[in-house]
Amino acid sequence: MSETNEGAANATNMDLLRFATAGSVDDGKSTLIGRLLLDSKSIFADQLEAVEATSVAKGYDYTDLALLTDGLRSEREQGITIDVAYRYFATPNRKFIIADTPGHVQYTRNMVTGASTADLGLVLVDARQGLTEQSRRHAVILSLLRVPHLVLAVNKMDLVDYSQEVYERIHAEFTTFATKLNIPDLEVIPISALAGDNVVNRSENMSWYSGPTLMHHLEHVHVASDRDLVDVRFPVQYVVRPKSDEHHDYRGYGGQVAGGILKPGDEVVVLPSGMTSTIEGIDLFDQEVTEAFPPMSVTVRLADDVDVSRGDMIARVKNAPTPSQDIDAMVCWMTTTPLKPRQKLAIKHTTRTARALVKDIQYRLDVNSLHRDQETKELGVNEIGRVQLRTTVPLLCDPYSQNRTTGSFILIDEATGITVGAGMINSGA
Amino acid sequence: MTTTHADYRLSQLDQLEAESIHIFREVAAEFEKPVLMFSGGKDSIVMLRLAEKAFYPAKIPFPVLQIDTGLDFPEVLDTRDNWVGRLGVKLVVASIDDAIAQGVVIDDGKTSRNRMQTATLLNAIEENGFTAAFGGGRRDEEKARAKERVYSHRDEFGQWDPKMQRPELWSLYNGRIHAGEHMRIFPISNWTELDIWDYIGREGIEIPDIYFSHQRRVFERDGMLMSETPLNPLRAGETVEERTVRFRTCGDISLTGCVESTASTIPEIIAEISIAKLTERGATRGDDRFSEAAMEDRKKEGYF
Ligand SMILES: Nc1nc2c(ncn2[C@@H]2O[C@H](COP(=O)(O)OP(=O)(O)O)[C@@H](O)[C@H]2O)c(=O)[nH]1
Ligand SMILES: [Mg+2]
Repeated sequence: MSETNEGAANATNMDLLRFATAGSVDDGKSTLIGRLLLDSKSIFADQLEAVEATSVAKGYDYTDLALLTDGLRSEREQGITIDVAYRYFATPNRKFIIADTPGHVQYTRNMVTGASTADLGLVLVDARQGLTEQSRRHAVILSLLRVPHLVLAVNKMDLVDYSQEVYERIHAEFTTFATKLNIPDLEVIPISALAGDNVVNRSENMSWYSGPTLMHHLEHVHVASDRDLVDVRFPVQYVVRPKSDEHHDYRGYGGQVAGGILKPGDEVVVLPSGMTSTIEGIDLFDQEVTEAFPPMSVTVRLADDVDVSRGDMIARVKNAPTPSQDIDAMVCWMTTTPLKPRQKLAIKHTTRTARALVKDIQYRLDVNSLHRDQETKELGVNEIGRVQLRTTVPLLCDPYSQNRTTGSFILIDEATGITVGAGMINSGA
Repeated sequence: MTTTHADYRLSQLDQLEAESIHIFREVAAEFEKPVLMFSGGKDSIVMLRLAEKAFYPAKIPFPVLQIDTGLDFPEVLDTRDNWVGRLGVKLVVASIDDAIAQGVVIDDGKTSRNRMQTATLLNAIEENGFTAAFGGGRRDEEKARAKERVYSHRDEFGQWDPKMQRPELWSLYNGRIHAGEHMRIFPISNWTELDIWDYIGREGIEIPDIYFSHQRRVFERDGMLMSETPLNPLRAGETVEERTVRFRTCGDISLTGCVESTASTIPEIIAEISIAKLTERGATRGDDRFSEAAMEDRKKEGYF
């Protein structure tokens, strides 16, 4: 049986906001997500009942909303978040994907995982404590990851008598710190995740605050303009060759548009070979489209029989990345054995995998003071530093500040197969 | 249908589709021997549709694997055959009964079919040498699933270690495995139940009839409505009556309950789900009810 949804539910036209929480342990991240889900009526009765029952069993005075996202047994036992939990909710015009990330320093790599795809970072601080090393570290990471929008939620306002003075002090302290970072859009909102003030409903306890509630801000923050629609970047992922009688000569290049707008008739260059051709057609399943833009997954056909394979990139003749084997990047190191010069690793950049040699570790970034430590020549777990790499084959990259897809890479330990580092390419490399 | 948008915005459903297609292509390009685990339910049908789109006009470049529990709904098997036939993909069926007969799985009379399904699956993966297995798990389904990566590493025993998951950044997936290990791939991780229905409606694709309202002879057990079938003998005190129902998930007949519903079209189902008070698993899956961490424990052992 099959029916078509004639009414075209609103859900099909909604846009999407991905956001990640950040902040120290116990600042209230998981509670806040629970509150957002609860007040936007996205919690199901069986989920709430399970959480209420567990809270009673543990002898808590109130329902611990954090239990809604702390889904692993060891997380509930220890009352902490170890790994990212993804949660979903929607309001009439927007769907939200939340990455609830852990606050502990030793789980920073999981925080980075959750934040890498975010449009918005939500940093919580406990109003009683103000900024901590962890909240600074997370703000730095969000800024390095170029998460374009940042919200500082000053939480637990109920425990400081909803004091405007406390809010203003933290606001000022953060603004000073943020001048050294790259944060294009900042909003500072006083909330109580536990009591619900300014989360979905406007607080009656903070008449001095005239800004948006958190939910209002999440619903209205403008994200469409964060993509690069100018510089065409199409990493070839998969060569589609049906080899059937019906589609005997079909040869298409499957991939997800990383930047710019592709159109049939466009003159393009295939990198690294440098061969040029014209886009003959762009297919989306059994239909031809007149344009493809990020983040569409399409199949591109070229007019000429040029040699194209996975790992290559299609760009415009006059606007293409320069292939390079020397990479200068900020690297976030994610494993206990430190990163050292001369080390060899596997590197994955867009659809291209190669090997990389660590030529130099220029400095380690102190995330608290933003001081560049040039003495230490290695990076420990959860540390961030500026690293020079030499790769076995040229990578077709852009600065991360220009394009989050063509500017990022991961490092893999060849012996264990584990992802050990995340890199963001610097400009002028 | 997606063509172009004047403002270059992609709806959230189109964004999810693009992300899933990217994952399918990535796996097909990097893994030696992928397979798609097909349960017959709406999620695996959506996976098949996405795989069809990812490689079109070429055929899906990997086979489909189904675990025959002996407790599958006949409507589900019909739908499976229609899909497999239309797409021209190879179907591999691994049956629990065969696995028991071969001594690969032990039926001690106490273990549920659901648990034996895990052993049968792991055996099928090992026997066929599959290196990547696509699953239709969604993160909104259950709190342990909410934690799982898109590429979820399994050791030689097929086990998942939730405390040692690899970091997974941007859309750069790491598919490295050692001999004997495999990767579970969840291309529809970020879809919600509602997205699945919106997509089925938009694409106009075939799903098993049991998702739509129908008359069925049912009885109540543990607060759920279960089908009357010889596969599921009545216990003392249980009585059968005919009700108007539909299924929200399709698992094993003996464990999957249905809900009272008159929704017989996709828009009606969408309307019903939008106001549903219970999660689909909470409402209809006996297998998740045993303990608060039932799903996590089964996943660690190698369940779907
Ligand atoms: N009084 C008060 N307590 C809060 C508030 N938000 C969170 N908490 C409490 O702070 C503790 C830590 O919260 P949790 O959400 O687990 O923090 P996380 O580690 O950041 O995820 C819990 O006991 C919460 O109930 C708040 O706004 N006011
Ligand atoms: Mg938490």
